Amino acid sequence: MNLRALLLASAVSGALFSVGAQAAELTIGFSQIGSESGWRAAETTVSKAEAKKRNINFKIADAQQKQENQIKAIRSFVAQGVDAIFLAPVVATGWDAVLKEAQEAKIPVVLLDRDIDPAGKNLYLTAVTSDSVHEGKVAGQWLVKTAGGKPCNVVELQGTVGASVATNRKKGFEDGIAGASNVKIVRSQTGDFTRAKGKEVMESFIKAEGGGKTICAVYAHNDDMMVGAIQAMKEAGLKPGTEILTVSIDAVPDIFKAMAAGEANATVELTPNMAGPAFDAVIAYKTKGTMPPKWIQTESKLYTQADNPMAVYESKKDLGY
Amino acid sequence: MLPTAPLPPPAAGHKPQQDASQQDAPLLQVTGFSKSFAGFVALDGVDFTLHPGEIHALLGENGAGKSTLIKTMTGVVARDAGTMRLAGAAIAPRSAEEAVKAGIATVYQEVNLAPNLSVAQNLYLGRQPTRFGLVREGEMRRRASALLAGFGLSIDVGAPLETYSVAIQHIVAIARAVDQSARVLILDEPTASLDAQEVEVLFAVMRQLKARGIGIVFVTHFLDQVYAVCDRITVLRNGRLAGSAPIAQMPRLDLVRLMLGRELSEATARRSHAAAGPAGADVAVFTGLGKAGYVAPFDLTLRAGHVVGLAGLLGSGRTETVRLVFGAEPADAGTAEVAGRRVTLTCPREAMALGFGYCPEERKTEGIVADLTVRENIVLALQAKRGALAPLPRREQDAIAARFIRLLDIRPPDPERPIGLLSGGNQQKALLARWLATEPRLLILDEPTRGIDVGAHAEIIKLIRDLCRQGMALLVVSSELEELVTYADEVIVLRDRAHVVRLTGDAVEVSAILAAIADAPAGAAAAA
Amino acid sequence: MALRLPRIGTSQIVALALILAANWVVSPQFFDIRLQDGRLFGSLIDVLNRGAPVALLSIGMVLVIAMRGIDLSVGAVMAICGAIAASLADSHPLPVVLAASLGAGLACGLWNGLLVAVLRIQPIVATLILMVAGRGIAQLITEGRIVTFTSPELAFLGGGSVLGLPTPIVLTLAMMALTLLIVRGTALGLMIEATGGNPRASALAGIGTRLITVAVYVWSGLCAALAGIVASADILGADANNAGLWLELDAILAVVIGGTSLFGGRFSILLAVVGALIIQAMNTGILLSGLPPETNLVVKAVVVLAVLLAQSPRIGAQIAGLGVLFGRSRSRRRS
Repeated sequence: MNLRALLLASAVSGALFSVGAQAAELTIGFSQIGSESGWRAAETTVSKAEAKKRNINFKIADAQQKQENQIKAIRSFVAQGVDAIFLAPVVATGWDAVLKEAQEAKIPVVLLDRDIDPAGKNLYLTAVTSDSVHEGKVAGQWLVKTAGGKPCNVVELQGTVGASVATNRKKGFEDGIAGASNVKIVRSQTGDFTRAKGKEVMESFIKAEGGGKTICAVYAHNDDMMVGAIQAMKEAGLKPGTEILTVSIDAVPDIFKAMAAGEANATVELTPNMAGPAFDAVIAYKTKGTMPPKWIQTESKLYTQADNPMAVYESKKDLGY
Repeated sequence: MLPTAPLPPPAAGHKPQQDASQQDAPLLQVTGFSKSFAGFVALDGVDFTLHPGEIHALLGENGAGKSTLIKTMTGVVARDAGTMRLAGAAIAPRSAEEAVKAGIATVYQEVNLAPNLSVAQNLYLGRQPTRFGLVREGEMRRRASALLAGFGLSIDVGAPLETYSVAIQHIVAIARAVDQSARVLILDEPTASLDAQEVEVLFAVMRQLKARGIGIVFVTHFLDQVYAVCDRITVLRNGRLAGSAPIAQMPRLDLVRLMLGRELSEATARRSHAAAGPAGADVAVFTGLGKAGYVAPFDLTLRAGHVVGLAGLLGSGRTETVRLVFGAEPADAGTAEVAGRRVTLTCPREAMALGFGYCPEERKTEGIVADLTVRENIVLALQAKRGALAPLPRREQDAIAARFIRLLDIRPPDPERPIGLLSGGNQQKALLARWLATEPRLLILDEPTRGIDVGAHAEIIKLIRDLCRQGMALLVVSSELEELVTYADEVIVLRDRAHVVRLTGDAVEVSAILAAIADAPAGAAAAA
Repeated sequence: MALRLPRIGTSQIVALALILAANWVVSPQFFDIRLQDGRLFGSLIDVLNRGAPVALLSIGMVLVIAMRGIDLSVGAVMAICGAIAASLADSHPLPVVLAASLGAGLACGLWNGLLVAVLRIQPIVATLILMVAGRGIAQLITEGRIVTFTSPELAFLGGGSVLGLPTPIVLTLAMMALTLLIVRGTALGLMIEATGGNPRASALAGIGTRLITVAVYVWSGLCAALAGIVASADILGADANNAGLWLELDAILAVVIGGTSLFGGRFSILLAVVGALIIQAMNTGILLSGLPPETNLVVKAVVVLAVLLAQSPRIGAQIAGLGVLFGRSRSRRRS
């Protein structure tokens, strides 16, 4: 199905059919980075589900973390004459040439989850990403509210040193607690986004902070590190979730299990549903010519123990996390 | 086969010093060199003087201090005391590199070049002709060809060095040194792995360098070579200067006396064949054993109390023959019978189980494990024979090591010393001990006296005779024909990877062996 | 059995002591140990416990390196075996889980060993294959997610304790003792050192060098499997993306710090484990220090450099010379 045929079809039947029915004609290619994390796997699963909901013919190319594979995939999508291309760019630079090819073929490109170099701004339709500064801020604000004015020493488990997500989540959290002088970060180390390192770093924090007695809350840049930290606290005889507050980001299924068990307090969701808003933007653009905003920010939803964590766990556990 | 082409033009800055008045001014003067290693005095106030255009033999038993003297002269090892003057100016190189810059180059027995690089690259390594920072490969090759032509070598300089014989590798190393304006050239046992023709090629090169006014320090174990090419002899013994004199004033007997500090025993005396006992039972009989492209099929019978010698030029198939016999290389033809039973030999383990032992020629690369102690090296084969699961108790290891150190007079008599720190002769003795410890019925020795001092020669030859007398079967590869004929009951001469002549009884004579070897087709010289 | 005492272990043990002392300075409670739920608890225990995976890897790695080889695949093998253990833990009894996981480690080691010994592929290339492919295999097993389990038996191997000692420490000590028994209690150690020192000479002396080569890679695979099980048991799940990531480099470093040359020959299992502890003591110290994480790698590099320099014979001689200078005020002679 090429673009002209599609336009013809929509011109002829535009008045008769609903948007959903028309979208049945859409073919969209998605150059996914790979499956380096559970979240990435969930994003793939959710994207497929969202495509099915809208009757979109959805093709996914797994790039196995390689830009050259992504470029190949985009060229192949262009050659196939798809209606739109989704790209989760593995790196920020080096896309100009291939995106120009897509532009010349009049195929709109939507960036998912990650942005590219600002120089390429006019080469894509829109970018659907979360705001990781905002995520950190939501987490910080929750902690300020929960601490309720009492002094609260926070230990922070950072993501990989130098990763932009880690830098942003750190900055956002600091913004979130900026107004509350009672909440302060006393220790901050990298746990490399992994469970094992999260556990190891937390073990050291506990020892350095008088057996954990002076720790009021743990903030982790992702849930995996928090799951490890929760284990470390339990092994040290501490009670995470009650004695020590926890707040982390991502909302992977396992943190809901911990919440259901009362061992974790809050998580901020990095939604795996980036494709949903992207589909809607493309459909609106194709059918009504609506130009979407250059940046579609996904919701950073806060989940706590009050949000029926077991039910959320059940809904998320089969997404591929 | 001798190079006749003129030498390459002198390198910049170098002036040949041919006139007679200069002859008296020493080129290199070493005074009072001393060096101790952890309490062991390796050099004790040694003086050494080298004149321009002189080939100066530096002799001594292993451990006499030759290597240490060379290493201190070239800055590889820091000396404790002493001064050195090159052409009147005091120099004190702190590394081999600085020594080369000062004009002293060394070519070692194991050529210190990069075997996988081309000849040209080896010649110009670190000083390649460049243009705009890029190596000019063509120019480099052209210069390399010209340089080697001066040494009578016309070879493909683009081929890797390792594809050429050791003799050519030595000449390449010498050419590199001379081309770097060396005024003093130290040749450390260059002839140890060369055959007679290759030695002649090397000597011709040395004589031409001498005519150019270059001073050559020549370290060797071959006394014939000393008298063939040298002008002066300096002898070291136990780290001290034992004597130094022009060649004419030092007859052989005096030289040996200086080196050993004693008269040579009967070791080099001619063996009386009449005294040889009757050969014992057949230990191993090989029929039509061979491997295509390796060594032509041959018959060989090894008997108890009987020494079979293998003679021939380097590469004639001697080593190949013994490797087939030991199973180090599997044969593709022929049969082997040991003690009357048909056997197959596909690996050393099988040969060892049959009571064979094999001391390879390449002591450093195939013999010793340098980091391990003398004790561990001695028990290695016995332990391998017993298997990993039957470890020799430490006390037994100590006893075995002590016994052989005493029996073979291995020095220093310290079983816990890493074997790499021993002299070549003592390493060789330890390797013999390794195999004697397995109590073999058949002992295969490949060049057992290569690169070791005169004293150790005599001891090893005596040992071979003793083992033979005790009823062991021996198969010995040797280039030292004068020695070989004193203990071999039978000599097989090889040529071009085939057994060509078999001499027994009174026919075992140097002249007969030489005649058989010399039957080689013309043009077989390595340097051709 | 002839267990040999480390010949030249002083510099490593001094280095470990210095790092532990430095940790004590940055964190005064470093040597405090108490009992928590029947398990010893304290920073020193953390060093041993967290150092267990690398220590286990280094036990296998030291043998491989002594044979002039190298095993880059151990991190990936950890991920595979951890993934297998975690996947089976809730549906199979522990012996089956362990047999499957350790069996996979053996198979990986056998693969490496055959590539090196039979096909004569250079060790660095041969094991690189599994290093790259192994993580992919682990991801296939876990389907890209973190597979969690609840089996208390398997969890015991990571979080449990025997007589107060955390299980990973006990397993490491057991593996070390077993390896020492096999290697030094038989003549294998001598044969490995001989083969690593001079493979051709050793083959001519009748040592079955090929078989031993395969054996050391198999043993390295087994050690990696055990490390993978410990790592999975520790976090109650298998993280195929991160389990054992880059730990092969830590294990190689531990072996080198332990004084075994990358050119093969002499080796010391005990000192390789000390090397692993040096690395972990440093990591734990950095975590306790409160230094910003951006400095982690720099601090680590400086300490490792210092340890390796102290081992260099040249510098060692200078330090000894200084000792003499201060001790007996005798001047050093330099040339």
